[in-house]
Amino acid sequence: MRKQLTKGNEAIVKSAILAGCRTFYGYPITPASEIAEAAALYMPQAGGVFLQAESEVAAINMLYGAAAAGVRCMTASSGPGISLMQEGISYLAGAELPCVIADIMRGGPGLGNIAPEQGDYHQVVKGGGHGNYRTIVLAPDSVQEMAGLTALAFDLADEYRNPVVVLADGYIGQMMEPVEFPPASAPRPAPGWAVQGTAEARRNLITSIYLEPDGLEAHVRKLDAKYRQAEEREVRAEAWRTEDAEIVLVGYGIVARVLKAVVEQARACGLAVGLLRPITLYPFPSGELQRLSRRARMFLVVELSNGQLWEDVRLAVEGRTPVELYTRVGGNVPSAEEVLAVLWGKARPLAEREELVHG
Amino acid sequence: MASYTVAYEKSKSFFEAYERKAELQHQTHYCPGCGHGIVHKLIANAIDELGIQDRTILITPVGCSVFAYYYFDTGNIQSAHGRAAAVATAVKRARPDSIVLSYQGDGDLAAIGSAEILHAANRGEGITVIFINNAIYGMTGGQVAPTTLLGQKTTTTPFGRSEWNEGYPLKVAELLASLEAPVYIERVGLGNNKQIMQAGRAVRRAIENQVRGLGFSLVEVLSPCPTIWKLDPVDAQRRVREEMPKTFPLGVFRDRTKEAAARPRPPAPPPIAEIPRILSVANGLPRTKAESQRSTIQVDLRVKIAGFGGQGVLMLGEVLAEAGLDAGLEVSWLPSYGPEMRSGTSNCHVRLASRPIDSPLVSRPNALLALNEPSLDKFLTSVEAGGWVLYNGAALPDGCARADVHTISENFTQLADELGDSRAGNMVMLGALLEATGMLSGDSIRTALERLVKSQRWLEIDRQALGRGREVARRGGFHAS
Ligand code: SF4
Repeated sequence: MRKQLTKGNEAIVKSAILAGCRTFYGYPITPASEIAEAAALYMPQAGGVFLQAESEVAAINMLYGAAAAGVRCMTASSGPGISLMQEGISYLAGAELPCVIADIMRGGPGLGNIAPEQGDYHQVVKGGGHGNYRTIVLAPDSVQEMAGLTALAFDLADEYRNPVVVLADGYIGQMMEPVEFPPASAPRPAPGWAVQGTAEARRNLITSIYLEPDGLEAHVRKLDAKYRQAEEREVRAEAWRTEDAEIVLVGYGIVARVLKAVVEQARACGLAVGLLRPITLYPFPSGELQRLSRRARMFLVVELSNGQLWEDVRLAVEGRTPVELYTRVGGNVPSAEEVLAVLWGKARPLAEREELVHG
Repeated sequence: MASYTVAYEKSKSFFEAYERKAELQHQTHYCPGCGHGIVHKLIANAIDELGIQDRTILITPVGCSVFAYYYFDTGNIQSAHGRAAAVATAVKRARPDSIVLSYQGDGDLAAIGSAEILHAANRGEGITVIFINNAIYGMTGGQVAPTTLLGQKTTTTPFGRSEWNEGYPLKVAELLASLEAPVYIERVGLGNNKQIMQAGRAVRRAIENQVRGLGFSLVEVLSPCPTIWKLDPVDAQRRVREEMPKTFPLGVFRDRTKEAAARPRPPAPPPIAEIPRILSVANGLPRTKAESQRSTIQVDLRVKIAGFGGQGVLMLGEVLAEAGLDAGLEVSWLPSYGPEMRSGTSNCHVRLASRPIDSPLVSRPNALLALNEPSLDKFLTSVEAGGWVLYNGAALPDGCARADVHTISENFTQLADELGDSRAGNMVMLGALLEATGMLSGDSIRTALERLVKSQRWLEIDRQALGRGREVARRGGFHAS
């Protein structure tokens, strides 16, 4: 099949429709607006619903309604809009409703700017709303993955009855790469639990209220069990030239692409460098990092946020190996040369120390 | 056994026993004399009469009535505070044959959910809203509501509601009746049996409208809350009857139930086989010839293109990337984006390579296309030794020369102007780059242009522009054989 040059944001919408999603509620925000615009163009033609809501708060609650009624549904936004959606995401998780949310990150806090950043890591990966819940978070690093992970997001959302976030940055959303799309699948039938306005579904109830402490505890434990299951079964990461790596770079999204170039350049200079790219940010590839920490003498986390990813890497490595950090924020993306220079700076003392020990 | 006739029985739309309730499953959780129980009964009766129990979906957000699903044997969705109208919008659109009832209190609908109700009404969503106005927050223990009467004491207006602090009571029925879309809006009371009978008729009508496929209907119900008002049920009912209507007059504020047309039904969806065509995703198309015969030459072109917005910077990059794809190469295109595209500078990064592309960001270009001087200043030093610099100007500005790169300096915009449109300057430049580097076949470029340029006139101009660019490169002695 032919590959087509496709913009990241557009790939999300096309992939969603091919995956049988026919419902999009959203609110415009740069750099995610093309997603709403593409949905506005394609959803009605595909026999679906597109509505630009009055706010992100309304949009996420429209997803709550659509998901409760049993249809695949999605929205897209960026930092400030995702902040507004957090309450609704908590309700969706509490009521065990599946939906897909694309977050095309921009600079923050506050109005920040519209350039690419990864500052939403905490609010998305840790579940920025109230209560004991998690969202499954997928982090594409190419336009092909924008398509592929969006389709996967719908499947995971249905399987776990939980919101799934596709977390990308402005660059992945705005750039174009060749994409091969899968064949179209028909919208899946409504699940048995959905409230549909039919005799069979009449007794169905969608709620997140559990008035009795024991009842709520049991519910939270049930959600927890789902998350444990996801942690066992859904971890995805790309290990890039890590077989013999003494230094392991860690990064996701556009950063991972830059880091692949760094790996090549560093290896050309004789450094045994590899890359671990988390594809699922929750569940986090802690096991893979632990495995790599047996051989690696240093991890270097590179992120477009102020050490948010770094915290998870350190938690995973548990102090066995030093975990260094290099960040750019505000919309700056480091060049491969810049990271390589940082890498040299960090690797040299390590090498010298080693020599002292072995010498 | 004595025989008897049932003169009055519980609505079928209520559960026989309230098993979703933890205790006292034969009675509701509402306080004695509360209006909610009465309105529930009116709704259940209407559902029974209209024969829509299976189709009904009741949406209840936060408030005393959040537990309405204990009682109604219909589909039930509990939602977040204030958001019922948004939830109802999506439920109705997902299930157009269902009958969606949004049951909201005054804190919910008129305060935190004021945006959602306003917009649902303004869109004329085909839903029915039952709005309980008891001028207070009941569930949270008696705080001021947008509908609290002037002077009324609440836990958060201990000295009485003041127009200077909390403003005036919000008249929801009147407010929404100022919109074009709503079909039916009425305010009723529960002040005595006569009023309750009228409330029953209004509730039924509002639901029947939806059964008929009409748009937005809302019934505002002035309702007693004896517990928080600290009145006995009789006095509370008197207040509903005598005091509240002074601020909230009863009556019909909008009635287009006779003349309103039914909301259009969603059209039948296209067959699944049609979806790829609708999305213009080329499922099933054979690969182009060039794609299947992957190029054997090793290519690693890293291009930075920069200029003013409006000079066609992004388009130049897109044609290049599209042509590379056609030639069977790996490609990436990454733009600068945002306000700078609207005015000021614009740039994009394009990579064409035989091997999979690691970073789509071009930090060490081996080709720089600078469409203006600031772009040249900014990016010239980043160009790799041995690379190409194409500059849109008759000569390089002073101090800009680099001995270790190939340079083509030409007023590309002017050349395009001579061809009929200065905006084709980007294509003249692309032609020069292709000629100088010998990078892509003419076929691939033509295919790319045909994919991206829809107007015949522009296609012709762009073709000529590419040819002109090639000449420029050849004349300058740059010709990759
Ligand atoms: S507090 Fe008021 S509104 Fe709530 S149940 Fe009691 S009387 Fe009814």
